[in-house]
Amino acid sequence: MPPLTRWFLKAALVYLILALFTGIFLALPETIPIPGLFPVYFHMLTFGWLTQLIFGIALWMFPKYSIAKPRGHEWLGWATFILLNGGLILRIIFEPLHSSTPSPLSSWMLVIAALLQWMAGLAFVANTWPRIRVK
Amino acid sequence: MPRLSVYFVRASLIYLLIGFTLGGLLLANKGIMVSRVIWALLPIHIELAFVGWMIQLAMGIAFWILPRFSRGLARGDERLSWLAFVFVNTGILFVALQISEIAGLAFAGRILETVGLIAFAIGNWKRIKPLDLHH
Repeated sequence: MPPLTRWFLKAALVYLILALFTGIFLALPETIPIPGLFPVYFHMLTFGWLTQLIFGIALWMFPKYSIAKPRGHEWLGWATFILLNGGLILRIIFEPLHSSTPSPLSSWMLVIAALLQWMAGLAFVANTWPRIRVK
Repeated sequence: MPRLSVYFVRASLIYLLIGFTLGGLLLANKGIMVSRVIWALLPIHIELAFVGWMIQLAMGIAFWILPRFSRGLARGDERLSWLAFVFVNTGILFVALQISEIAGLAFAGRILETVGLIAFAIGNWKRIKPLDLHH
């Protein structure tokens, strides 16, 4: 298993555990509701866990790009990892903050989080697309 | 990778890009409100991310890696899986077009998706078996 896949998979597992703890918190019978926490919980599961797991496995298992570059452009793979996790961490911090006490900082952090996550998708597709071919 | 899997996976990557773009717009709009109308994109974002990206990717990979038959057609009768590809993608488009507020589109889309998924399950049911080591 290539090093980048291990990073993707371990990060995915961390988000899964975080999401499950958040789920427990959200289900507590008596808790102070934190606005913006539910979308964070949902995206930790779907983006941090599922999508990140898929990205890691795809990088490892999809048909090779070439003999010299079996996994395409390494830098694009690392860029995907950094952008995905950078964007998601910003979201986890600032979405609940912005929902309870909006500020110019939290506003811009959400915009940056959106941009980083979108760019992660773009980088993954750019690196993966040439590997999807008939054999 | 068989041709049908290439179609499934490439279609899923296209939906990933569109789904991520809509998700980015939704999150950025939460940070800096440009228009309330953007909220109307939420069901489409969910549809493209779940059915378009994740479910369709799973179908493509399953068609590729499920055990093949040692006699006759390696992947059995592929027609049902091709039908699934057409139905699921038409269904996704119909569900996404619900934004046009044409009555019944989302309902028709869900039916197409369900029929497509059933066709896929029937078409690949017998491939869910132990590996055939004696051929």
